Amino acid sequence: MSAAERPKKEGAEESPARRAIITVVGRDRVGIIAGISAFLAESNVNILDISQTILQEYFTMMMIVDLAGSKMDTDELREKLVASGESLGLSITLQLEQVFKAMHRIDAL
Amino acid sequence: MINKNEVWETIRMLQDQKLDIRTITMGISLRECADPDPGKACRKIYDKITSCARDLVKTGRAIASEYGVPIVNKRIAVTPVSVIAEASKTEDYLCFALALEKAARETGVNFIGGFSALIHKGFTKGDARLIQSIPSALSETELVCSSVNVATTKAGINMDAVREMGHVIVETAKRTSSRYGIGCAKLVVFANAPEDNPFMAGAFHGIGESECVINVGVSGPGTVKAALEKVRGADFGTVAETIKRIAFKITRVGQLVAAEAAQRLGVSSGIVDLSLAPTPEIGDSVARILEEMGLESCGTHGSTAALALLNDAVKKGGVMASSHVGGLSGAFIPVSEDEGMIDAVEKGALGIDKLEAMTAVCSVGLDMVAVPGNTSAETIAAIIADEAAIGVVNNKTTAVRIIPVPGKNVGDRIEFGGLLGSAVVMRVNPFSSRDFILRGGRIPAPLSSLKN
Repeated sequence: MSAAERPKKEGAEESPARRAIITVVGRDRVGIIAGISAFLAESNVNILDISQTILQEYFTMMMIVDLAGSKMDTDELREKLVASGESLGLSITLQLEQVFKAMHRIDAL
Repeated sequence: MINKNEVWETIRMLQDQKLDIRTITMGISLRECADPDPGKACRKIYDKITSCARDLVKTGRAIASEYGVPIVNKRIAVTPVSVIAEASKTEDYLCFALALEKAARETGVNFIGGFSALIHKGFTKGDARLIQSIPSALSETELVCSSVNVATTKAGINMDAVREMGHVIVETAKRTSSRYGIGCAKLVVFANAPEDNPFMAGAFHGIGESECVINVGVSGPGTVKAALEKVRGADFGTVAETIKRIAFKITRVGQLVAAEAAQRLGVSSGIVDLSLAPTPEIGDSVARILEEMGLESCGTHGSTAALALLNDAVKKGGVMASSHVGGLSGAFIPVSEDEGMIDAVEKGALGIDKLEAMTAVCSVGLDMVAVPGNTSAETIAAIIADEAAIGVVNNKTTAVRIIPVPGKNVGDRIEFGGLLGSAVVMRVNPFSSRDFILRGGRIPAPLSSLKN
């Protein structure tokens, strides 16, 4: 991430962590979690929480991750995730957690 | 902790229901750029804009990427040019429009607004010159938008300005006749114009604003419609409550983006505009929300009541989601930019008279309305006067963005392309308003303005 892209906020962050949410949807198959976890480990992205279910043959997973130590910026990380997902027939999203908090909680932003 | 359902709801809103941030608009004061030498003034304007907005597009893209929320437009609004250009020794203000265009291209924004004049009570020399330059400015630039405020609740309606704008609109259409009079799509005539509106074509950076500011406009008619689909047949209390909840969520995303953009760019955070801006895409229409409430077609009887409810509920839900609300903040009904509106006109369900009634309960006015190319300047001026009267008496913003499409008649369909969409030429009343418009002078401010 370039200096211009990095938030300049001082002390306003809840923690040095940069939490993001990854979602994965697609037809269930062997190795989805393994593949994605391995990619995140290589990228130095820490997984904080995982939940997954199967809904009518469809695999759905939500991961909370910390991007603070990530080797790539969000753009690049997402691009690679989406590309690897496409090859497995998976639809993957990656977004900072703040956007979900803003939408569903009335706490101050 | 955010739960799974909330995450999926957000993702559905973004992916399937076309929730996006319609615009982040940087307001830039040009007051320091005035100069007796017009060439020098234009250089100062270009330098100021390109330095303030250097990182606007890049920052917008970065925020969109990190939060996974599309930001459709990045725009710039500047101090009304008539105020700045007046000091320059020149009669023709086209050079200022060209300077704005060049700055817009350099910064990579979609539009730049502020080729504007505030003449609700009278014209100064600069205002008169700017208005004369509007047709050439809009025909010789692509990205420059113009707006003129001809009335306020406090001042009444400047009918000389209204008459003049009728001619300016006709002339602008003529000069851009090869593209269906598209110059008029970049020109808004206001009553009670807001100084912090982030939406085009009416954005300008008001005189009471700070040096540089970020204002954000949200979108999301598709999310409102999807929410209402779940409460089919329920009473209006439930409808209003459902809209309020979804409006809160939409606006919070706008607030988040506004705060983040202002902080990253190191400028003040202005307002979030609560307007639900539609696009010509399927599933992004305000008209379809009204139909979801139970109307066979937008424009039929009940449309005004449905729109009033929608507009009010969006505000009630949005106001708590944002620290500072401003701009236009109401449902938009731009005809050519809303797939459902175009459909309603084509079916014969929506005419200009019903549209006018609907503008009494929402923002912003007769917006992106195509009329026959042979419509007289006086008739257009009279349409503006009617809209201004609605705004002035009801203490709200109204506007007219009307396109007399050269060579086209009632029922013809025109493609403007992009966000401007496509329009069907609407019928205007064939009886003359000429003598009314020729009177000139000012319509006095209404009694309701005397509040002190």
